[in-house]
Amino acid sequence: MTAEPILSVRNLTTAFRVDGEWKPVVRNVSFDIRPGETLAIVGESGSGKSVTSLSIMRLLAKDASRIEGQVLLNGRDLLSLSEKEMRAVRGNEVSMIFQEPMTSLNPIFTIGRQISEVLTRHKGMSATDARAETIRMLEKVRIPNAASRFDEYPHQFSGGMRQRVMIAMALASRPKLLIADEPTTALDVTIQGQILDLIKTLQEEEGMSVLFITHDMGVVAEIADRTVVMFRGDAVESGATEQIFHRGQHPYTRALLSAVPRLGSMEGQAVPLRFPIVDTVTGITTEPQPSRTMLERDAPILKVENLVTRFPVRSGLFSRQTGSIHAVENVSFDLKQGETLALVGESGCGKSTTGRSVMRLIEPTSGDIQLDGQNVRELGSSQLQRMRKSIQMIFQDPFSSLNPRMSVGQAIAEPFLKHGMGNAVQAKQKTADLLERVGLSASMMSRYPHEFSGGQRQRIAIARALSLDPKVIVADESVSALDVSIKAQVCNLLLDLQEQLDLAFLFISHDMAVVERVSHRVAVMYLGEIVEIGPRAAVFENPQHPYTRKLMSAVPVPDPSRRGIRRGLMEDELKSPVRPMGYQPPRREYREVSAGHIVQVA
Amino acid sequence: MVQMPVYIGKRLLVAIPTLLIISIFVFSLQKLLPGDPIMAMAGEERDPAVLEQLREKYHLNDPIPLQYVRWLGGVAQGDLGVSLRTNQPVLELIGQKLPVTIQLAIMSMFFAVIIGVPMGILAAVKKNTILDYIANLVALSGLSVPNFWLGIMLILLISVNLGWLPASGFESIFVDPVRSIQTMLMPSFVLGTGLAATLMRHTRSAMLGVLSSDYIRTARAKGLSPREVILSHSFRNALLPVVTLSALLFGELLAGAVLTEQIFTVPGFGKLIVDAVFNRDYAVVQGVVMCTAVGFIVMNLAADILYVLLNPRLRATL
Repeated sequence: MTAEPILSVRNLTTAFRVDGEWKPVVRNVSFDIRPGETLAIVGESGSGKSVTSLSIMRLLAKDASRIEGQVLLNGRDLLSLSEKEMRAVRGNEVSMIFQEPMTSLNPIFTIGRQISEVLTRHKGMSATDARAETIRMLEKVRIPNAASRFDEYPHQFSGGMRQRVMIAMALASRPKLLIADEPTTALDVTIQGQILDLIKTLQEEEGMSVLFITHDMGVVAEIADRTVVMFRGDAVESGATEQIFHRGQHPYTRALLSAVPRLGSMEGQAVPLRFPIVDTVTGITTEPQPSRTMLERDAPILKVENLVTRFPVRSGLFSRQTGSIHAVENVSFDLKQGETLALVGESGCGKSTTGRSVMRLIEPTSGDIQLDGQNVRELGSSQLQRMRKSIQMIFQDPFSSLNPRMSVGQAIAEPFLKHGMGNAVQAKQKTADLLERVGLSASMMSRYPHEFSGGQRQRIAIARALSLDPKVIVADESVSALDVSIKAQVCNLLLDLQEQLDLAFLFISHDMAVVERVSHRVAVMYLGEIVEIGPRAAVFENPQHPYTRKLMSAVPVPDPSRRGIRRGLMEDELKSPVRPMGYQPPRREYREVSAGHIVQVA
Repeated sequence: MVQMPVYIGKRLLVAIPTLLIISIFVFSLQKLLPGDPIMAMAGEERDPAVLEQLREKYHLNDPIPLQYVRWLGGVAQGDLGVSLRTNQPVLELIGQKLPVTIQLAIMSMFFAVIIGVPMGILAAVKKNTILDYIANLVALSGLSVPNFWLGIMLILLISVNLGWLPASGFESIFVDPVRSIQTMLMPSFVLGTGLAATLMRHTRSAMLGVLSSDYIRTARAKGLSPREVILSHSFRNALLPVVTLSALLFGELLAGAVLTEQIFTVPGFGKLIVDAVFNRDYAVVQGVVMCTAVGFIVMNLAADILYVLLNPRLRATL
């Protein structure tokens, strides 16, 4: 690794103009990328990692940003090029792929046109040559029937396939450097595995360098030769990936690594374990506290039997029903007080629909739901209102789930007052109490949601859910949108609250590593059905169903010794639960592996 | 694409109840209005027997639902009745005025589009610069300057002082196309600038939305030139809402532009309907309103079809 670097970034400082003042968001960042090397920039939101990549490509709005320093591509300073010269670099010598494959392709042009555009623009190819080369690229990124898909539009591709199209487009001109800005963050975990494999393979074939921007330490460990850790605009540490992981010097690096949920780290643990919290300034670590052992109880607080939820699919001239989405198919489970049952699975597996059906936010098609001794499906609307006192929900997006025109005090007190649980004075008392309980202060009551960070808002959402003293909380991807260190804190908070208030959690998540950390029992969902359910240790240490295994093997583990691993995942897509009219779901058979650990066998 | 005729058929089916509701509304509104058309027709004649005879003749003594059904039956066969005032068939009256109105509408839209759309694009691309402010200022004046004032000023400047264009007078496009277009230039410019302002605002906001989207960032990261990024990748996406709006504005133009027609003495729908209302000429009002409603529905349908054609995602769901 003594070759001259392809890209050499020197003292890069990028400032944005905010209210007429220049505010630096990236400060003095320097790094090199050598030929064939993968460098990861890792950091949480606001660390400046994406701004760094956009600065290299000079894609930031000119009048609102200022870039200083040097960006040397093969010795030529990109920052000194004219805009026209820079256009010959973009998409040609340096290409980029982005986080959102769903929105990164132009919806009104065929994917073929969008890829061949690069070739006609930079390589001066004729339309026919560009078409042939585009099809070759589509085959290279393993898109089945590439030739026939040339004339299709982006909406005809799944998320994973669109990211392949993006990669084909980025690599069409054989760039020396590929900048991948969170390319797998929006994808399901098995698809993420496929895309990571693909990037590794193509990198070998083409011999290009990769600048990989991510927040996911697991992905970093798998893909990067060297790593730069960014924190609030500064590159706080850089070095070989191995060194960063094992001998990280900066307290923030250590904090970040300790907060990362690590699949397989719970071996030998009987109960959920809190995350250790490292102070980002001093580097002092608090020892993780295990959750209190669950009390033995007989009767479950929530019992779901043979739950089925289907949505009609309509089409044709008179919008006749032509099929159904079998979102939830014959799902049964129970949940005890003080227990966390996790529902895990990928997009479209029905985990969220299950959560909503249980609360009757969506009307289930059939099945039986017993909550605290009441038959939920038979409740009238006023009884349903009362029922919702004992079961509350926390959503994924802490930004859109709070009304921006309501102070957080009003937001938390509203359900309490609506349900007539007390007068205004009592509501205020309750709100103050809840805010303290979720780690905020009572004095924040009069502030509005925009004044809080994402993690704080999720705490507010939790406080609001608690205002009715519920027994069960449905947490639908409640920590998924949060940064690693915030996620660890909010998970710890949930465990604290469970201990103090004896709450039962239905924890819906796609994140296997978080699930392993916080749950007592786990149910794995696939195409609307539970394929495996059991105590956490049994499911994670002795997974039986092929899908559970596939899911677990796809999770990137933050362990640099796994660098370069290939999963050899099949290039398949997630299947759809849309069925034709009159479809009869097959009768399923189950096997009990050990006490409470049940697996679908046929 | 095979499904397009089915889609159009479906939309036409939906249009039928809409038209029926409009027809009931139009018909009953007439009956609720004060004033007696027979009195207006009879003029000085006050002999109750004569009035009664007239009422009989025009079936005005029948129960209202029967009058409605009789009227609707006629409409369905293209018989919109006879003007109570001039005894001309309403269809014939509409037939005379409709080409004028359509010509005015097309020419106005032409001005609206060639002024509004490029200005909208420019304002979006040069957001928060002096060009954007100027475009917004022009749009604001276009919206707030009354048509009649602008019309009079144009006549003063261009016809009276400069003598470039005729101040008024109308010539059918089938008789003398050049003179017809000349006489229509000013009225359509006046109408067009007002619409251009609306189009500019919508084009600007649609372009701003598109320009900040992820796929435009992708297009720039590919090394495309600003021209390709703006005109090919951005504009075609921004066009979608603009097309819908244009079709609706066109539909509005079909209803006639009373003031502008009055100033430039253009014999279009606007003048016809105003005269008919003042004369309580039931049949004409009903006919013109129905005709306008049909025009509006057709333009709406055209907008929807264009929208589908421009948007591959909708094309697939047909």
